Amino acid sequence: MGYTLDFSVVWHAMPALLWGCVGTLGLALAGMTLAMMIGVAGVAARDSKAAWLRALVIGFVEIVRNTPFLVQIFFLFFALPLIGLKLNPTATAIIALGVNGGAYAIEIIRGGVQSIHKGQIEAGYALGLHKGQVFRFIVLKPALRAIYPSLTGQFIMLTLTSSICSAVSAYELTSVAQRIESDTFRSFEVYFFVTFLYLAISWLLMLGFAVVSHRFFSYPTR
Amino acid sequence: MAPHFGLPEFGFLLRGLQWTMLLTLVAFVGGCTAGLAVALLRTCGHKGVEWITRIYIGIFQGTPLLLQLFVVYYGLALTGLKLDAFVAVAIGFTVNASAFLGEIWRGAIQAVPRGQTEAAMALGLHHSSRMRDIVLPQAIRISLPATIGYLVQLIKGTSLAAIVGFIELARAGQIVSNQTFQPLLVFGVVGAMYFILCWPLSWWGSRMEARLALASQR
Repeated sequence: MGYTLDFSVVWHAMPALLWGCVGTLGLALAGMTLAMMIGVAGVAARDSKAAWLRALVIGFVEIVRNTPFLVQIFFLFFALPLIGLKLNPTATAIIALGVNGGAYAIEIIRGGVQSIHKGQIEAGYALGLHKGQVFRFIVLKPALRAIYPSLTGQFIMLTLTSSICSAVSAYELTSVAQRIESDTFRSFEVYFFVTFLYLAISWLLMLGFAVVSHRFFSYPTR
Repeated sequence: MAPHFGLPEFGFLLRGLQWTMLLTLVAFVGGCTAGLAVALLRTCGHKGVEWITRIYIGIFQGTPLLLQLFVVYYGLALTGLKLDAFVAVAIGFTVNASAFLGEIWRGAIQAVPRGQTEAAMALGLHHSSRMRDIVLPQAIRISLPATIGYLVQLIKGTSLAAIVGFIELARAGQIVSNQTFQPLLVFGVVGAMYFILCWPLSWWGSRMEARLALASQR
């Protein structure tokens, strides 16, 4: 008994799928914002004078990086209500993505800060730049330039990881696909097409990041 | 009356852990074999072949692992072959591993100094001997930290087999959690098991990376 592929279900579900893409991007954006906040705070705490704080950050990074996201999101799904945060699945997913991405962001941002040589800052002052200028031109811009590739790569990773949030039925592309699949039983067609939607999303993101990098981070050649 | 989390439940998780390890092993061995082929094709010098392998790698890097699993899992079901769930997910992870390891080894092959290849050519070695005896042994050394890093990714990634219903560690955790109503304890234990598996590998990988960085400074 042969099976005939029927992609018309995908065509009929197109509006829902495109909204799913919007949901995925929103989820990733919110998760990344939280991840950056955790990253900056984590870097500050990682180099603090208090040994227990440093150990806490190191422990956090190691635990997050060595356990699966699926287990993390299940754990948070049940743990957050216990600390009084009764959230909907999408908000839970944002926190899980933020916590997961935060651990990676700590390592990335720390690398960027360490890439600024102390002599550079001293040279800046010697040239007569004032404090704000030194921070802006000597510390911030080169550090951002150094971490930009890893950070944008991390954002794309986070976008792809957000598909796992369908396990707690957060609103994003994969959970939309699962709903269409259970309505139509066209599993292969739906998931095949959705895979290409993700590919399009990550290619567009890569293209956008390359444009931004070219515009803001290229060294003056004159 | 729900059972409490006790020895039988712990044993169930341990059996899940065994499946996680078996799945990782099968996918890693299969992925290494296919990944080597991908890396060699990616650096073979033929423009068309290099382009195709580049797209192959790009597709796997640009899409979620979960969706790759879905496509392979349901795609294989369409072919009419009655495959065991383990075989289906193992195939899914193997193709994913072939792309990621292929890309890691592509980088390593290209990181071997060009002079090595040129010296081998000057000595009159063929392409196959040049690769097997000169380039690959050095490339493997360069690629080890990243390869171990991918192995950790793979162990964590096998948890997604839980979503298509294969009972490995994460799925076993879900089942026990539903039986005992002690999700925090159960997922805490499950997380700890993954950690015990992954952390030594991560540590080994980063130590090796530091040693290689030191060696290249000299």
